[in-house]
Amino acid sequence: MTSPNILENVTFDSDGFLEDYLDWTPDIAEGIAAEEGIVLTDRHYIVINYARKIFAETGDAPTMRGITKNTDVSTKELYALFPKGPAKKAARIAGLKKPTGCI
Amino acid sequence: MKNIVILGAGTGGTMVANKLAHDLSPNEWKITIVDKDPRHFYQPGFLFIPFGIYTANDVIKPKKNFLPSTVNYVIGEIEIIEPAQTQVTLTDGSVLPYDYLVIATGTRLAPEEIEGMMGDGWYKNIFDFYTLEGATLLAKHLDKWQGGRLVVNVAEMPIKCPVAPLEFLFLADWYFTEKGMRDKVELIYATPLPGAFTKPVSTAVLQSTLDDKDIRVETEFDIMEVDNETQVIRSYDEREVAYDLLVTIPTNMGAKAIINSGLGNELGFVPTDPRTLQSKHHENIFVIGDAANVPTSKAGSVVHFELETVIENIKNHMAGLPLEPTFDGHANCFIESGHGKAYLIDFNYETQPLMGHYPIPRVGPFTLLEETRANHLGKLGFKWAYWNMMLKARPMLVSNQMSMAGKVPVSEN
Repeated sequence: MTSPNILENVTFDSDGFLEDYLDWTPDIAEGIAAEEGIVLTDRHYIVINYARKIFAETGDAPTMRGITKNTDVSTKELYALFPKGPAKKAARIAGLKKPTGCI
Repeated sequence: MKNIVILGAGTGGTMVANKLAHDLSPNEWKITIVDKDPRHFYQPGFLFIPFGIYTANDVIKPKKNFLPSTVNYVIGEIEIIEPAQTQVTLTDGSVLPYDYLVIATGTRLAPEEIEGMMGDGWYKNIFDFYTLEGATLLAKHLDKWQGGRLVVNVAEMPIKCPVAPLEFLFLADWYFTEKGMRDKVELIYATPLPGAFTKPVSTAVLQSTLDDKDIRVETEFDIMEVDNETQVIRSYDEREVAYDLLVTIPTNMGAKAIINSGLGNELGFVPTDPRTLQSKHHENIFVIGDAANVPTSKAGSVVHFELETVIENIKNHMAGLPLEPTFDGHANCFIESGHGKAYLIDFNYETQPLMGHYPIPRVGPFTLLEETRANHLGKLGFKWAYWNMMLKARPMLVSNQMSMAGKVPVSEN
């Protein structure tokens, strides 16, 4: 059983994203997901693991298109897994910085 | 003799060709520029075509008029770029070896990326205005249109000239007002962004303009499909927006040759160092303009501000010197707001649009983040400056790096 208190041991930035992605653990992911009203499944973890891998390589969270192109998760499913702004929500649960997105 | 090959003779490629031809010895360097289309488009002018303000004649000139005679200009289509062999092959089979490659292939519209976009309604009651063809056909359609729901939809970010969809709506409001039929037209803006624009400060200013003009905004709308039958666009989270006339800004992607050569990201934009503009993967490749994945606007002003960094860093690399991280993401955009007025915004990677005057601090003649007639005249005058100064890489009265002189942040309320 994950207590929501686990989130008190790590620091979040003003946008509610984890300050240091290396602080992330699956328990923290569950804590953030609970705040978002999401119960994590293996399908969520395909996205989370991919996002963390890309962040480690590039310093930026992947776009929706990057996720759907490089995993077997379709855009439709991505919306079902992370409703309302999947790229942003997945990044937050994966312990990454807010995606820089587009200017 | 060594070779520099420039891919694309649009705004960026043309300026790079002019500058390199000026700076490098013709005995040492052969400069080749490749483009498949002999016509140079003044793309900022496309916005005015649907409303009958410009016609095709205002926005097309031959590319060769803007290229120096010392540059080898090849009209041809790129088949593949092979960085390991340092060569580019064209579709006619000719091979261009290079010592340095400059990628300036821009973006293209990819309406086929959205389910149903190119269905029965395409160019009947669904139009784009980012191509000459789309803008021209839309002008004909608007001329006879009797009114209804006009929906402007941005499919996904990033897009070229991110302010243009708003300008389109502002000009549409003006156009229908002039025609005495504004009360017969509903204007709706469906955008994937959480607000009217990408930068919070401009969003606040622009949102009040949208409200004043009675333009409704549907935010965080990620389009899944166009239903031609029932005339609705549907988002991935199952929201529907009905249209009588759909003006789409489809997915923007990099050139097909970039994708086929494995040089692009998921949208076909080239991973590029945002400060030096060197390719992240190949040290003898530099990228200018829309083709790069750098996090600034895809706009002509950005290309202009990138030019010096690209040229200096090619020369630094030739001389074995370290590259200079001089590009700061500087962009400025006129935003036509209709009724003969415009806004002007100025920003970079770190700094939000500020209030003040431009380009001369405290003087102007342009006013940042305010709606003025001078800004509108600046926008119209820019066409002359584009054709006569900018493409030929002549000095202009604006600095590459953003200046903070005379500027004040918008007060946060």
